[in-house]
Amino acid sequence: MKTPTPTPASASALTFLGMPTAPRGVGALRGDEPFPQAARRALADTQLRRNIANATGTIRRKRAAVVGELDDWAELRAAGAAVKDDVLAHLDQYLCQLEEQVTARGGTVHWARDANEANAIVTGLVRATGAQEVVKVKSMATQEIGLNEALAEAGISAWETDLAELIVQLGEDRPSHILVPAIHRNRAEIREIFLRRMGAAGGVPASPDLTDSPAALAEAARGHLRERFLRTRVAISGANFAVAETGTLAVVESEGNGRMCLTLPETLITVMGLEKIVPTWRDLEIFLQLLPRSSTGERMNPYTSFWTGITPGDGPREFHLVLLDNGRTATLADPAGRAALRCIRCSACLNVCPVYERTGGHAYGSIYPGPIGAVLSPQLTGVADNPSLPYASTLCGACLEACPVAIDIPSMLVHLRGRTVEQAGHEHPFERGVMKTAAWMMASPRRWSAALRMARLGRFLGRRRGRITLLPPPLAAWTTSRDLPLPPAETFRERWARRTEGGDR
Amino acid sequence: MRVALLVTCLVDGMFPDVGQATVAVLERLGHQVEVPLAQTCCGQMHINTGYRRDALRLVRRTVAAFEGYEAVVAPSGSCVGSVRHQYAGLAAARGDTGLAAAATDLAARTFELSEFLVNVLGVTDVGAHYPHRVTYHPTCHSLRMLGVGEAPLRLLRAVRGIQLEELPAAESCCGFGGTFALKNPDTSTAMLTDKIRGILDTRAEIITAGDSSCLMHIGGGLSRLRAGVRPVHLAEILASEPAKVA
Ligand code: SF4
Repeated sequence: MKTPTPTPASASALTFLGMPTAPRGVGALRGDEPFPQAARRALADTQLRRNIANATGTIRRKRAAVVGELDDWAELRAAGAAVKDDVLAHLDQYLCQLEEQVTARGGTVHWARDANEANAIVTGLVRATGAQEVVKVKSMATQEIGLNEALAEAGISAWETDLAELIVQLGEDRPSHILVPAIHRNRAEIREIFLRRMGAAGGVPASPDLTDSPAALAEAARGHLRERFLRTRVAISGANFAVAETGTLAVVESEGNGRMCLTLPETLITVMGLEKIVPTWRDLEIFLQLLPRSSTGERMNPYTSFWTGITPGDGPREFHLVLLDNGRTATLADPAGRAALRCIRCSACLNVCPVYERTGGHAYGSIYPGPIGAVLSPQLTGVADNPSLPYASTLCGACLEACPVAIDIPSMLVHLRGRTVEQAGHEHPFERGVMKTAAWMMASPRRWSAALRMARLGRFLGRRRGRITLLPPPLAAWTTSRDLPLPPAETFRERWARRTEGGDR
Repeated sequence: MRVALLVTCLVDGMFPDVGQATVAVLERLGHQVEVPLAQTCCGQMHINTGYRRDALRLVRRTVAAFEGYEAVVAPSGSCVGSVRHQYAGLAAARGDTGLAAAATDLAARTFELSEFLVNVLGVTDVGAHYPHRVTYHPTCHSLRMLGVGEAPLRLLRAVRGIQLEELPAAESCCGFGGTFALKNPDTSTAMLTDKIRGILDTRAEIITAGDSSCLMHIGGGLSRLRAGVRPVHLAEILASEPAKVA
């Protein structure tokens, strides 16, 4: 933007342009290549296509059933959105309230501006305990900042305890779904990974006659993890919610491994995105209905753990809460983008997304895939660092329909496309030229009619076949898999003009 | 009722029969149709690709072209979606409150063809005759942005001679998405393939929808495959009469 006119939009653009975003070189918010290229590779992986189509199909059906049975889903959804919007509007107050409450109950609160600060804080805290290893509760925030890698650099081993995260970690792989990180693996592959890696990773090995039945795989994981829970003194978690009024943290899970991590170790460190607050316990009533129904398609999730500071003689003796910004304040500063911070990471939008269903999560580059990833990642990093993500959608609207906190992801994608063009559009001079020319032609009916007459030359392109099978740029990508009919001999406006002149009306 | 046709740039330039069919249906129902030739393109492509400033010129032109008409009807859920759900916000974000107000006014008067017929005029039987095996794809913007619901199907069910087949996974996107089809051709094609699989499963000879853009995409894939299925816009089916067919 060279000479912005002083409109409200450009005024707010200046505000959020100045905000620090998630730093480069750390964490998992940026991919190595643009979405279209990464997607092309993913689309060729037939196993991935089948697994994801099966898994998302099943979750979609379950979700539809349990959401459909609530008469007040629309009200719950509106309430969820309203509570989150209130939190975002008064985030400063709620954060201070949370800090006060956590501190009053024996916890310690740390503020981390970005991934580097958060990693340094956590590494320092683990070092201070003298521990060489930690167990982890499934957490998006710690993946976002690349905490495991940072700990490894400091010589500390971090063990994932969520079954799917364990599969991903042992397979030296990356998660491909927010809730089901190993959605791209099947049972046979999981058995392979367990047999090869469980012992090698310095834990209890899998029995050599392990089968790929779900029960056998779960049993192998149980044996492997139990031993880790019992010997490890430090745990690291994320949080689904933080109740400002009491300083209580909450983790919602299915397996109970999280609860083991939250209760057995001596030291508990929680890393939480600063938008995870709800004001009061009463608000949880809304979210504990919205979340499980939207995510796993269950009426209630099997384990919901709450903890408030420390309780002498029960559970961890030390509790640290790390509040993570990492681009969230920058996201909050954009009025048309901030609703992305309502997200409760249920992953319903991934499961209904026709793009995600075919490409899987890795193609998005960021740890946050699917529709929410396409609006959150570019905001956390700044759109210039993830310029292909806002375009990784057909704007079909399935995500908005499914989202339990009514985030209008399609409108936000369109808004972020605007920001991308305005901030990084110079990187695509050809597209820019085409779009500008098109707008110029369309801005006048006379020029538009002339352009349509020109387009009629396209009839020559396909005169032999009766349809166009090969187009020049910028439309070449169209004819990779699609024909185009010949332009008509007469446009609609020409026909209409003839009819009006002919006086047959 | 004095109805203006928002013909859409794609129908104007590529599918004039669809525009003519829309006019024919409305006239058959006794309405006077006008086509303001000051219209060009609604600007949706520019809005959705991120070229907001350029889009604003087209928004301004469209709003002005349709000033004063009682109702504005378009054979496109997508373009109506843009007028109804994007125009005012875009104008307001650019600080043009006058345009935002005019756009809000236009939004309330603008309808996609099937919702205009069924919800505004209260008509489901438009006197059409179409003796073909047809399946219907609800386009995303008709379905989710406008919420036209059952309107197109109610119109189709009232067509004489038609054999209507239910499309499997009808509500999933065909993969068009405007410039998505060009920017992400591989993913777009993967989605199109699944849509085509559903269409072929119905054994229909005609695939219909309320948007020429999505039909151009689906039809382009069917043509490449020589699948023996033809795209026909909903308006064309509704406009067909026994005499013409015979
Ligand atoms: S954006 Fe909505 S649907 Fe998607 S993960 Fe977040 S809360 Fe769930």
